[in-house]
Amino acid sequence: MSDTETTENEQEFEKLPDDAAVDLQAEFERSQVQEVLDKLDNELVGLVPVKTRIKEIAALLLVDRLRRRFSLTSETPTLHMNFTGNPGTGKTTVALRMAEILHRLGYVREGHLVSVTRDDLVGQYIGHTAPKTKAVIKKAMGGVLFIDEAYYLYKPENERDYGGESIEILLQVMENHRDDLVVILAGYKDKMDKFFESNPGMRSRIAHHLDFPDYTADELEQIADLMLADQSYKLSTCARQALSEYIPIRMELSHFANARSIRNALDRARLRQANRLFASREKELKKEDLITLTEEDFRASRVFLDGKLDGDPADGIMNDMNFDEK
Amino acid sequence: MAMPNPAKRVTQGQFSFLPDLTDEQILAQIKYALKNDWAVNVEYTDDPHPRNTYWEMFGLPMFDLKDPAGILMEVNECRKTFPEMYIRITAFDNTHGWEAPRMSFIVNRPSSEPGFRLHRQNRNGRNIGYSIDAYAADKPEGERP
Repeated sequence: MSDTETTENEQEFEKLPDDAAVDLQAEFERSQVQEVLDKLDNELVGLVPVKTRIKEIAALLLVDRLRRRFSLTSETPTLHMNFTGNPGTGKTTVALRMAEILHRLGYVREGHLVSVTRDDLVGQYIGHTAPKTKAVIKKAMGGVLFIDEAYYLYKPENERDYGGESIEILLQVMENHRDDLVVILAGYKDKMDKFFESNPGMRSRIAHHLDFPDYTADELEQIADLMLADQSYKLSTCARQALSEYIPIRMELSHFANARSIRNALDRARLRQANRLFASREKELKKEDLITLTEEDFRASRVFLDGKLDGDPADGIMNDMNFDEK
Repeated sequence: MAMPNPAKRVTQGQFSFLPDLTDEQILAQIKYALKNDWAVNVEYTDDPHPRNTYWEMFGLPMFDLKDPAGILMEVNECRKTFPEMYIRITAFDNTHGWEAPRMSFIVNRPSSEPGFRLHRQNRNGRNIGYSIDAYAADKPEGERP
């Protein structure tokens, strides 16, 4: 395996003598990493500490690549990472970009992302876990294996749980196949900390711990703008006002999942807009009507009306449907 | 009688007249198979008879792989488990009209390959029928090295 790696690298760039000069800028441009970093900047609002860290990692890898040309290091740096943060803070999206960066720098061969959770790795009976985990690992080879909610892998309360077996195989692969795949774990901060406490081997094999902060209300509004622009919608002036009032109230409520909650709020606003347009279908519609979300689309939310979440199963949408046939 | 295979090597599948492929060459071949969306399997047997077409599959079939490293990992696992058996890689093409293996090559051989015994059968009217037997499969299964 390592044979292939070195020959590939040798083909890519020949070794340099000790007194040669290299152009870091040229190397940087050649790798086209800036493109991915720009994309990261444009697509993801906020997350300054994460972005800084990713730039640092990119710089490290780039310098490492130059060092290799002088035959300084031969070992691949440990690239396994741990993303902690609340739901909806962009962990998966960043993992996707990370795969791209690693691919452009030549640290993974294919650059695809395989996203899995406990169910994909852990089997249901004895002897089921190892082949399952291995199949996932084989799929992820040459790319990035993203394990969401990784702390679920380890269930200390059940000593017959098969999660431990899966962790063991992962550890082995993370150590022996560092050239072949990069593992990124993700999960809530406190639960991941507990996970690492009980799996010290895992902690020591992970080089980069990135913490994703929650978004501020301003950032969430920017995210909403990006999402709307993506879907070719826009807000009327009053709707914008309503949205910026909505966000802080929603942030206080339970089950707040940052960007994902905003996406859901927008989806519901689109639903109400469609309903509104349909209700007044005698009127002629213009393109403008189809792309504009108005104030009432937001104000109708139960977050405003009685300070509760939309679509609570207890009442609301489900009851409205009323299943007439019965 | 002229020796058809003086090197005493089983020649089945692709590349079998060449020296054994290195891991690097194997990776390159698998990469080609994956590029064509063929499903790659690792198979093994201890009976190299040319009509023995169905070898045992090692582990599970591997679908949706992007990178050959995973398959080489499986090959090495198989080599560790059955060092004295024939191991081959087959790439199956499931596109309509093909539905057949498109590649097949040996990646592991036993340390000694004793070859085949030729049987001559006297038939009616002084006709002779020929058949061969692999010496490697002389002993019953389970007692072979």
